[in-house]
Amino acid sequence: MLLVSQLINGLQLGSIYALVALGYTMVYGIIKLLNFAHGEIIMVGGYIALFSLTLGNFHPVVAALLTVAGCTLLAVILEKLTYAPLRFAPRLSLLITAIGISILLQNVAQFFFDAAPRSFPASELFPVGTVMLGNVSVAYTSLVTIVLSIVSMISLTILVQRTKLGKAMRAVSEDTEAAQLMGVNVNNVITFTFAVGAALAGIGALLFVARFPQVTPTMGAMLGLKAFVAAVLGGIGSIPGAMVGGYAVGLIEVLAVYVGLSRWTDGLVFLVLIIVLLVRPTGIMGRKLMEKV
Amino acid sequence: MKKRTLKVFSLVLVLVMALGLLASCANDDNSDVNEITIGILAPLTGGAAYFGESVRNGLMLYIDEFNARGGLQINPILRDEEGNMTIAVTMYNYLVDQNVTAIIGSVTSDPTRAIVPLAFEDNMPMITASATHAGVTVHPDTGQVFTNMFRSCFIDPFQGTKMADFAFEELGARTAAVLYSNEIAYSIGLMEAFIHRAETLGLEIVHIERHADHAVDFVGQLTNIAAHNPDVLFVPGYNYHVALIGPQSVTAGLTDTVLLGADGWAGSLERMEHDPSSIEGSFFMTGFTHESTEQHVLDFISRFEAEYGIPPNMFAAQAYDAAMILIAAIERTLAATDYEPDSEAFRLALIDQMSATDIQGVTGRITFDEFNNPQKTAFIIHIVDGVERFWGTF
Amino acid sequence: MKEFRISMPMRYIINSLLLVAFIVAGHLITQSGLLGRAHNANIVSVGIFIILAVSLNLSTGYLGQLPLGHAGFMAIGAYAGAIFWRSGLLPSTASVPAGLLVAGLAAAVVGVIIGIPALRLKGDYLAIITLGFGEIIRVIINNLDSVTGGAGGLHGIPRHSNFLIVYLCVIICCIAIHMLMKSRHGRAILSIRENEIAAESCGINTTYYKVMAFAFSAFFAGIAGALFAGNIGLLVPGEFDFMTSINILMIVVLGGMGSMAGSVIAASILTSLPLFMAALNEYRMIIYALMLIIVMLFKPSGLLGTYDFSLSRLLEKLIRRRIAAKSKVKEGEA
Repeated sequence: MLLVSQLINGLQLGSIYALVALGYTMVYGIIKLLNFAHGEIIMVGGYIALFSLTLGNFHPVVAALLTVAGCTLLAVILEKLTYAPLRFAPRLSLLITAIGISILLQNVAQFFFDAAPRSFPASELFPVGTVMLGNVSVAYTSLVTIVLSIVSMISLTILVQRTKLGKAMRAVSEDTEAAQLMGVNVNNVITFTFAVGAALAGIGALLFVARFPQVTPTMGAMLGLKAFVAAVLGGIGSIPGAMVGGYAVGLIEVLAVYVGLSRWTDGLVFLVLIIVLLVRPTGIMGRKLMEKV
Repeated sequence: MKKRTLKVFSLVLVLVMALGLLASCANDDNSDVNEITIGILAPLTGGAAYFGESVRNGLMLYIDEFNARGGLQINPILRDEEGNMTIAVTMYNYLVDQNVTAIIGSVTSDPTRAIVPLAFEDNMPMITASATHAGVTVHPDTGQVFTNMFRSCFIDPFQGTKMADFAFEELGARTAAVLYSNEIAYSIGLMEAFIHRAETLGLEIVHIERHADHAVDFVGQLTNIAAHNPDVLFVPGYNYHVALIGPQSVTAGLTDTVLLGADGWAGSLERMEHDPSSIEGSFFMTGFTHESTEQHVLDFISRFEAEYGIPPNMFAAQAYDAAMILIAAIERTLAATDYEPDSEAFRLALIDQMSATDIQGVTGRITFDEFNNPQKTAFIIHIVDGVERFWGTF
Repeated sequence: MKEFRISMPMRYIINSLLLVAFIVAGHLITQSGLLGRAHNANIVSVGIFIILAVSLNLSTGYLGQLPLGHAGFMAIGAYAGAIFWRSGLLPSTASVPAGLLVAGLAAAVVGVIIGIPALRLKGDYLAIITLGFGEIIRVIINNLDSVTGGAGGLHGIPRHSNFLIVYLCVIICCIAIHMLMKSRHGRAILSIRENEIAAESCGINTTYYKVMAFAFSAFFAGIAGALFAGNIGLLVPGEFDFMTSINILMIVVLGGMGSMAGSVIAASILTSLPLFMAALNEYRMIIYALMLIIVMLFKPSGLLGTYDFSLSRLLEKLIRRRIAAKSKVKEGEA
């Protein structure tokens, strides 16, 4: 029973990683940018959720919608202001800009909201309680988290595979210039991709603070990093890969604790990443990319 | 002959003049000194700024109150060390350049430990309100005491030992588990002392788990601990850990186990303001309680609230006492000696006066032991109905 | 008219004389206590960060990669040096240089071990894998408490990082990297930055040169780590986290990727700010981050770009101007 409840815990953790990893994967898939600031979008989402519940006294549904909308808006603004002008710049510049945005958001949050962690009213967002599955008790939040992540992945797959916009996204990802020649508005497609990734980050932020009821300026850093590991592990650019990677990272962490390696968990996640990158650089479900000269 | 008389005469003259000088000095008991400059080091930006600001508020309240009385004026030079050891060393040297008489600081243990060996060489009197690491006042290898360094807070081993005693004697616990962070020296110090004491007492340690400093998920560790169903779970972390460990201990099914903590728990309820139910019934040790019956403590609380708009936390109270200890010692040194306040001799005399401290502070009566650690009362706080209740001294 | 040039041996003589004068003057000034202790302490910290920045610039500016684990190498060097010094294997005079060498070599060995697999990857992957290694190093240091003291720290390290030792290391580091970059190997490293595939097809063993640059970079980061240990006297694993790597990267980027002079100037300014502009503390990180973004948007090569300061060039320019002015005067007379 101990193992089963640990596994459910790992799945819940993994679901949050997966949602965040989807954002990394989509942005990387389309403009080959490791969006370092993605974790900070989650942090901003955490603060939006906190303030709309406490200061705004909004209904939880309104608060959730505000969070997702706020994250999306922030990502679109950042994309237009900083990434768009650098579209043809060297990759190194783009990556450093992303790091700069990440540090900027962290420190702006620290400036305005204080470095001290703030309590989050988790019970207002999701009902507290457990259901019995067999003889294992599972918290509502665990169920909601796992179900929401799966729903998100399925709708994202439909979006990318079945809609016209999705086709445009795939085209831009494949060959930006050719897509432009075929009449795809590349700029809009890229902005849209950022928006979708950030919306998922917003959902991830809600699930994260529901589970860990604390908001801090640095909360996105480690979460973002681990989600990125999940995206690489699953194969960056692949939507099901991000899910698989997310669950894998969540389970690795929990199982490491289960077998008594709790002091090594952080190191272990990175070790797995390194091994995967060396043995299969494209990840579990990634496809091999030919290098263009 | 003539030459010789001249020699004797001049010698006598010099002696008389020297004696006269000495005599004039002896009359001067430094009562004309009306300003003393002291340095304050604290992290005011960065991750430890929360502690730094609390400490600064407590210090400045006392210094302002003291200066308002007239007479001797204390001129504080405040420097931000950002919680960084390199900047702390630079800022310490800056204060030395400013010829400060003594330094209050720093706030967290690592920057303080980086400064202490330098300050020891300089014979710089120092007092910290919150650096709890045992190595702050005693060299960990040689056991040599940094005689210049004092503190108004408990040390890590003391707290771990006391909490083991409390669990065994007062709660009747016979099995215990520990969840500590192997990335935080404070947490390790408490854990080691707790386990060491538990062994002597016959309190069985059934399980030990670890976590990273910035970990958020503790369910795995707590589920493992729940499988052993200990009477008490000792959590020697900081309030932001407690705010996450509390709710997750319920998730993990640790409902019959009493959570125990130390002064890192101070402020936990603030960190869990929306739902403190999960740490209901927990106990922790602290150096300060609002539920005092003593009038001077209640006065301090109301003055602090009037000045800053928030009630003082433990760090602010200990800082208030640290300023009180230092300034009282400065006054005694001024009365007893005639050295210049920025001279080394004055500093040495001040260090002696500080070790002779016996003062009634807002955190209790304080004297120093041979390791310059305060001997003062420990308060046990019980969390009842979502508020901190003073359980008793221990 | 033939352009005036200072001959190579003359250049070496001028530069060596100036360096010796700099070291002697700096040593005398810091020893005299003329500047006050705060400035002396700050000058030592500046020197350590110059080494860190110049060494990171080798792999970022010249090699064109983005490793995010520089603090990891610094940590290896710091702990290796500190453990060596604490052991007291050698008498004190020989101990300092030997400890620095041990620190550099330890970091370089780890650099090669990490570099061989990591440098097979490019760009973002390399960034993330080095970040991962940096974190792993920190976790290992935290957990090997019997050797490193764990989170409790390694204390009682002899504090002998003074101006003389630190700035001798700064000069050795700058000269070594300068000489490397002016050599055949340096041009190979630059060609990898410009176009890796083209470089490879010209017969350059890119993996070899990447690992070599990486190991060089790690070596000096290790020395800087040991100097750091010898400056503070206390090491805690938290000091070598991801943010430290990012701080070093900021110095390199703001100074100019590929400009040694830029790294030196940026390291001096950014490291001194807490002492000189304490009022800025609250905004400092926000300003750095904004500057990072703005520099990338408007001048991606950094403030100094790839410009490098050369004293001989400056002298030549001045002398040429003199000659030109003289000849003009002569023409006028004629």
